[in-house]
Amino acid sequence: MGIRVDTEKCTGCGTCVAACPFTLIEVIDEKAYINEGCTLCGICQQMCEYAAITIEEAEEVVPASDSHRGIWVFAEQRDSQIKSVTYELLSRGRELADTLRTELSAICLGHNVGEIEELIAYGADKVYLVDDAALDNQEDLYTAELARLIQEYKPEIVIAGATSLGRSFIPRVASILKTGLTADCTDLEIDTEKRLLLQTRPAFGGNIMATIICQTQRPQMATVRPRVFKKNTPNGNKKGEIIKVDFNKEGVTSKTRLLSFVADLADRIKIEDADIIVAGGRGLGKAENFQLLKELAAAIGAALGSSRPPVDDGWIPYSHQVGQTGKTVRPRLYIACGISGSVQHLAGMQTSETIVAINNDPEAPIFEIATYGIVGDLFKVVPMLTKELKQ
Amino acid sequence: MNILVCLKQVPGTTRVNIDPQTNTLVRQGIENIINPFDSYALEEGVRIKERCGGKVTAISMGPPQAEEALRQAISTGADEAILLSDRAFAGADTLATSYTLARAIKKIEDYGLIICGRQTIDGDTAQVGPELAEVLEIPFISYVSQIEEIDNGHMRVQRLIEEGHEVIETSLPALITVVKEINVPRLPSLRGLTRAKSAAIQVWDARELDVDQDRVGLSGSPTRVIKTFFPQRAGKAEIIQGNLEDQIANLIEKLKGSKLI
Repeated sequence: MGIRVDTEKCTGCGTCVAACPFTLIEVIDEKAYINEGCTLCGICQQMCEYAAITIEEAEEVVPASDSHRGIWVFAEQRDSQIKSVTYELLSRGRELADTLRTELSAICLGHNVGEIEELIAYGADKVYLVDDAALDNQEDLYTAELARLIQEYKPEIVIAGATSLGRSFIPRVASILKTGLTADCTDLEIDTEKRLLLQTRPAFGGNIMATIICQTQRPQMATVRPRVFKKNTPNGNKKGEIIKVDFNKEGVTSKTRLLSFVADLADRIKIEDADIIVAGGRGLGKAENFQLLKELAAAIGAALGSSRPPVDDGWIPYSHQVGQTGKTVRPRLYIACGISGSVQHLAGMQTSETIVAINNDPEAPIFEIATYGIVGDLFKVVPMLTKELKQ
Repeated sequence: MNILVCLKQVPGTTRVNIDPQTNTLVRQGIENIINPFDSYALEEGVRIKERCGGKVTAISMGPPQAEEALRQAISTGADEAILLSDRAFAGADTLATSYTLARAIKKIEDYGLIICGRQTIDGDTAQVGPELAEVLEIPFISYVSQIEEIDNGHMRVQRLIEEGHEVIETSLPALITVVKEINVPRLPSLRGLTRAKSAAIQVWDARELDVDQDRVGLSGSPTRVIKTFFPQRAGKAEIIQGNLEDQIANLIEKLKGSKLI
C-alpha cells in the first residue's frame, strides 16, 4: 500500500506540487517526487491531469453486504417540536429513495412530539417513533437507541441534520456501528448502479469540493447543514405508517447529566431566519468598520452576517458567522461586502435567492455566484447605498 | 490528574487560491501549525494542571514532521508528548483515526480527562472527538465553553449549543471538545522554548500500539474520496457599470423591481 508516481505518465507539470497541503512534492528531473510524510489525503491524485499518481490499496475493496435497505432520516426535535431541518432532509430523502426504489423512514426519539403526521406529509413512508419521558435532550440515550435501531432494522443510508445535536451524537453512532460518516454535506446524490450515496462537501480546507463514498460498511451515514436542501410542499394526503417502538430502557444509562439550560437571548434576531442579510468580510479591514454595515442593515431591516476572518480576528461574535463552520442561510437577499467568497463561505449562503456582491477585486470568486455585482471600494459604495435607501 | 490533549498538525492557512488560467490550486508561504481549536484544548489542559496538579500529555497522530507541533505544545505547557506515526496510519478517515488514538490512550491507561478541539480547520468534520469517546466508552461532552468545577472524579461544565448554553455534569474520566470561547492560549515562555528544544518526543508505531491492521490507515477507513472538483457556479454576476451614483441607482432599481426591498 502507498502512493506511487508513474514516471511514464508524469510530465513534471507541477500541478501536484501546488496542490499538496503539506508541501511534500517536488519536481526532480521533470518528474514528481513525493517526500516522506505523505498522509495519503489523495488531493494530488485528484488534481493530476495525466493520471500519473496512484494510491494503492492493500487489498481489493470488498463492497458491503446487500442486506441493508431503505433510507432513514433522523427526525430531530427540540421541546417536542420537529425541527425544520428534518423536513428539508425528508424532502431530499424522498428523491433519493425514489431513485433507489426503496422506502423512506423518519426515526423520531422524544416525548409527546407534536405533528408526527407531518413527517409523512413531507415524504416518509414509515415513522419509527420511540416515545419516552427519559428521551429529552439526552445525547447518551439517543446514541445508544439510534445505534440499536439501526442494527435491528438495517437501513442502507442514515442522514441527520448537522446541528449541534447531530454533529455531537451522530459520530458516536457511526463509531459504534464502525461505519463511515461524512460531515456537513452540501449535496447528496445516488449512484444507482452501485447503490452508493454520493456525499459532497468542501474539503482539504481549500476551495475545492470532494465527493465521498462509503463502500465497505453499512449504513452509509451523512450529516447535512440546515437550509442546504429545500423543503417540499407537504402532501397531507400521503399515506404512511407510524410504528411505535418501545424504548430499550434497560439497555442504556446516561453518563452525563443536564443540570440547566439558559436560552441565548442576546442573539434574538437570528441570521438563519432573516429575510435580508448584510455581511462583511476581511475587506472591512477592522472591527470599527462593521458600523458601516450596521447602518446599511438598519436602513433595510437586515440581520448582520460575517465571513470567517472577521470572526477569527474578534471583530464580530461567532453567532454572526456564515459558512461551513458557521451558519447556513438562505435569505431572499444577501449583500456581501468585502467578502472574496471562499468555498467555505459560499457553502453557507450560495442558495440565497438574490446575492449582491460589493468588492474591489473583479476576480473575487463571490462574483461567480452573485446575481448583481459592483466592483468598487466598499467604503464609498456602502455609505452611499445606505444614504439612498434611507430616502 | 493526568490530562491528555489530542492535537493535529495542519497546514497554517486555509487561504488557498485558484489560478484562473490553469484552474489549479496555489498555496503560498504555508507553514504547518497546531490546529487552532486544539490550542484551546491544550491551554485548558495546562490551566487545569496548574490548579489541580498532575501532568498534561499531548498526543498527535501524523507524519514524522508532526513532531514540530508536539514541540510547540511543550513550549506552551505540555509536560510530555507522544507522536503516533507509522506509514500504516496514512490515509486514515475519522473512524480509523479515532481507533488509533484510542489504542494509544488505552496504553497510557492512567488519565482523568481527554480534551480535543471541536474540529480541525483542514478536515472540519468535528467527528474524531465523539468517535474517540465512544471507542473508549467514556462520557462525552461537546462544545465546552467553560469548566465550572473539576475534581478527581467529577466535573461540571458549560457548553454552547445553537439555542443557548447548557450546564452539564459528568463523572471522570471523560472526553470533552472545546470551543474558542473557553480561553486565550498563552504564548510560549522562554523556559518552555528551551524545554521544547531538548524534550524527548516518544514515537509509537503500529507495532508499539498493537493495532488491528484492518482498522488503521486507508484499510481501516470506510470512506473514500472518489472525485474532487471546483464548484460550478450558475453564472457570472451581472456587473453593474457606470459611475458610483449610477451604479447605486441602478442596483436599487433592480432590487426594488424584484420587490426585495
